[in-house]
Amino acid sequence: MTTRRNFLKGCLAGGAVAAAAVAPEAASARETHQRPPEALGLLYDATLCVGCKACVAACKQANNNPAEFSTVDKLWDTPLDTSGYTFNLIKMYRHGTSETKDAEENGYAFMKTSCMHCADPSCVSACPVSAMTKDPQTGVVGYDPDACIGCRYCVAACPFGIPKYQYDSPTGKIGKCELCRHRTKDGHYSACAEVCPTGATLYGKTSDLLAEAKRRVALKPGTWTRYPRGRIDGPDQSYEGQVGNYLQHVYGETEYGGTQVLKLSAVDFEKVGMPKLPPNSSAATSETIQHTLYGGMIMPIAVLGALAFVAKRNVAPGEDDKGGE
Amino acid sequence: MAGHQHAAPAPVGGQLLNTTTLICGVLVAMMAAILLTRFLFGLGAVTHLNDGYPWGLWVVGDVIIGSAFACGGFSVAMLVYIFNKGEYHPLVRPALLASLFGYTLAGAGVIFDLGRWWNFWHIFWPGYSNPNSVMFEVAVCISAYIVVMWLEFSPAFLEKFGMKEQKKKLNRVLFFLVALGTLLPMMHQSSLGTLLVVMGSQVNPLWQTPAVPLLYLLSAIVIGYGVVLFESCVASSAYRRQIETNLLQPMAKVMLGVLAAYLVVRVGDLVVRGALGNAFQADLEAFVFWIEMALFVLPFVLIGSAEARRNPARLFLAGLSIMLGGVFLRINGFLIGYDTGPGWNYFPSVAEMLVTAGMFALEVLGYIVITRRFPVLPRAEAPAAH
Ligand code: SF4
Ligand code: SF4
Ligand code: SF4
Repeated sequence: MTTRRNFLKGCLAGGAVAAAAVAPEAASARETHQRPPEALGLLYDATLCVGCKACVAACKQANNNPAEFSTVDKLWDTPLDTSGYTFNLIKMYRHGTSETKDAEENGYAFMKTSCMHCADPSCVSACPVSAMTKDPQTGVVGYDPDACIGCRYCVAACPFGIPKYQYDSPTGKIGKCELCRHRTKDGHYSACAEVCPTGATLYGKTSDLLAEAKRRVALKPGTWTRYPRGRIDGPDQSYEGQVGNYLQHVYGETEYGGTQVLKLSAVDFEKVGMPKLPPNSSAATSETIQHTLYGGMIMPIAVLGALAFVAKRNVAPGEDDKGGE
Repeated sequence: MAGHQHAAPAPVGGQLLNTTTLICGVLVAMMAAILLTRFLFGLGAVTHLNDGYPWGLWVVGDVIIGSAFACGGFSVAMLVYIFNKGEYHPLVRPALLASLFGYTLAGAGVIFDLGRWWNFWHIFWPGYSNPNSVMFEVAVCISAYIVVMWLEFSPAFLEKFGMKEQKKKLNRVLFFLVALGTLLPMMHQSSLGTLLVVMGSQVNPLWQTPAVPLLYLLSAIVIGYGVVLFESCVASSAYRRQIETNLLQPMAKVMLGVLAAYLVVRVGDLVVRGALGNAFQADLEAFVFWIEMALFVLPFVLIGSAEARRNPARLFLAGLSIMLGGVFLRINGFLIGYDTGPGWNYFPSVAEMLVTAGMFALEVLGYIVITRRFPVLPRAEAPAAH
């Protein structure tokens, strides 16, 4: 006789979960994180890059990574993509006759591939064991192999395809750029920026780098200006250079809430391999859903209470007795 | 619950060694050899995993699909205890047993895939665990659910060993276990879908949606019923027993109801997000989307009428269709509709497939041993073969 009433209660309990799932935009929406004020990063200016790959070699050395070969003679390090052993790579865009540098038609261009140190990193949100962490001061996204379980969720989550796993090892780690955070204690900084002969890769506070990037894109192409090298706030190593044909877009200023590594290019960013991304991060969307459903465990406990209440009436004492006896 | 008379569960009995169990044994042995290689030489030695597709058959197949296939226990228990449909009680134990194996192996299978498996406990350790991570939630809920299921199922063992006292004690808290056993799968089955969200635009808009938790939850419930249909038919023919059509018929109707709700949410979400256009492009994603949808619609054709629902062959096919639909929904989102840029490809290696087959064989083995020796399946009136 109470069947119908209990049935309705069951519906209510089930409905609570369902309703929560469809309304993730509700109260506890988590905003996309912004860069910390002291955020550190890099500015990569593709128009200055000469493709010498000094940064690729320096990065290998700084991180104690072995050479990777893609040619038969295996004479020197020739990785084709970043990997668990290659954290930084200069990739090349080619079109038609590849005559002119930084031209989309019949031209070529370079692009650096390494961690963007996102303001709101997908890898950090994804990692179940806090092996990927974002430093609250510097914003550098670091990796701790001693914490990592090797689930590779960070690999799947990163929109730039940055974390890579060492599949060839029984104890494989994730490999990714950590902005050379291990080199700062003895006065060094990012090896890739340190060795860059043209200042195409420049190290510094992201706020300074962003101002520098904006200064550059505002200049008239073909005019001359001073280009700093090494670190933007370091000893003056600047030189006089000609202004490139910049796109009016500082990549990383707003993408996914902003990144700490910024990029300038003359060739369309998507064509040189930088994905088009919205200003809000998918980490924020994901965590909004999770926090709406599980914030303070309020919802699960409420649903559990409802379910237990209903089950208590439906699971007769000695329920299973008619079973085996 | 009172008032429903049905056959009590009893062991099926009979030989444990036969062709089926032998084949299963061989598959399990092959799996063991491959896993040994994997643990000695790394994931790359046996899998085709790569950084464009860091998750392959073991994660998507064994864990994400495997656990959805193991939702029979959850779906039926919910019907019986939450919606108080006591008449389905005989279906609970067999369904729970299949779920128990499915989940336990899915949980164990995760270890094979973890690159740094010896750190696994970090997920549960407060200093390490990251509650913002969807995977954290999935891992904790699945682990808790495995424990709850073993407890829920333990009356079958306690009966066998005649431990009446313990069984009485357990019965007193059974309602709470049932409640937990309903809540936990709701949580992690939806979160298995939410795993996709952080991957952002790498996932095709046909499967990337904030409604994904609801879609995965509803589809898991439907798959749960589909699996029960499928398993009941297989178990009946394997053990040459009467099919419980009188129970399966109305349960199939419930299943169609939830399936209809799923389809409304699925299509509604695509329309609201303006993603439907992706279904009409001439590409692989659109093609597999339509296969997925067709498999979810097919059951209405197969068992739409009460008459058709009394036909065991149709029930079986409808169950199969739902299961395949679930497979496509998950593979489409995690693999086919997941695109990390040009140059990346993935198709599971033979070794990966053999491990998945080995896991399945282990499940079948366990199911056979337990149903033959422990009181799980309803006592048959006149067991035809022993
Ligand atoms: S680029 Fe990728 S790896 Fe680097 S911080 Fe962003 S999400 Fe993490
Ligand atoms: S592979 Fe390691 S770092 Fe990446 S998400 Fe998993 S546990 Fe975290
Ligand atoms: S900052 Fe260091 S680790 Fe990162 S790309 Fe540059 S050299 Fe490599």
